[in-house]
Amino acid sequence: MIAKYKNIVVNIASRVMAPFMMLYALYALFHGHSSPGGGFQGGAIMAAGVMLLRLTLGKERSSRKFPVWLAPVIGTTGVFIFAGTGIVTMLGGGNYLDYGFLPFPFLSPSEHRFWGILIIEIGVFLGVSGIMVTIFDCLTAEQE
Amino acid sequence: MSWEIGLIIVVVVIISAIVALSIRDLLAASFVLMAYSFGMALLYTELGAPDVGFTEAAVGAGLSGVFIIAALYYMKRRSDD
Repeated sequence: MIAKYKNIVVNIASRVMAPFMMLYALYALFHGHSSPGGGFQGGAIMAAGVMLLRLTLGKERSSRKFPVWLAPVIGTTGVFIFAGTGIVTMLGGGNYLDYGFLPFPFLSPSEHRFWGILIIEIGVFLGVSGIMVTIFDCLTAEQE
Repeated sequence: MSWEIGLIIVVVVIISAIVALSIRDLLAASFVLMAYSFGMALLYTELGAPDVGFTEAAVGAGLSGVFIIAALYYMKRRSDD
């Protein structure tokens, strides 16, 4: 349903802007401890970057960079990272998502919590971006 | 100085909400709804909650607008109300 947008200014501008949007999404993810941001916001911005390419380049050309089948895989991988971290902490003897029980040797408890929260945020990032792109692909799919 | 900026943002948000409810063209209504979301993001940031404002600007003004416009392909453009 979505074809290539026939305007060279829009095409070039969105093609230049999209990698910077994805880079800013990664900044919002990894700097979310000490500034506004985090997994959900970063995932939303990453999905917006992918959707910008989908809208301007058309689905065929943007599928070469980000295939349609990849989005649900990324989303479910994020859910598995989130739930798997919680189950690992339960196997270590703690409550669900009790980061102090993560099996990292040679790390202090505060560093356990730092890395645990970062892993959870990465899971949320992958889940949100994958599911948002999946919703967009389903909304704009070809109708028989 | 702060409350004047807040007053301006509140007036913009209220006007855009009324316009989004009363306009007949659904595409224009979705764009005005995105403007409303962006005003709400500015209002949250002005009230001292930059995290909520960030989320509102990313999801409310960006993604939900794209979703609404994509869903608009499946219906006719003018409202019947």
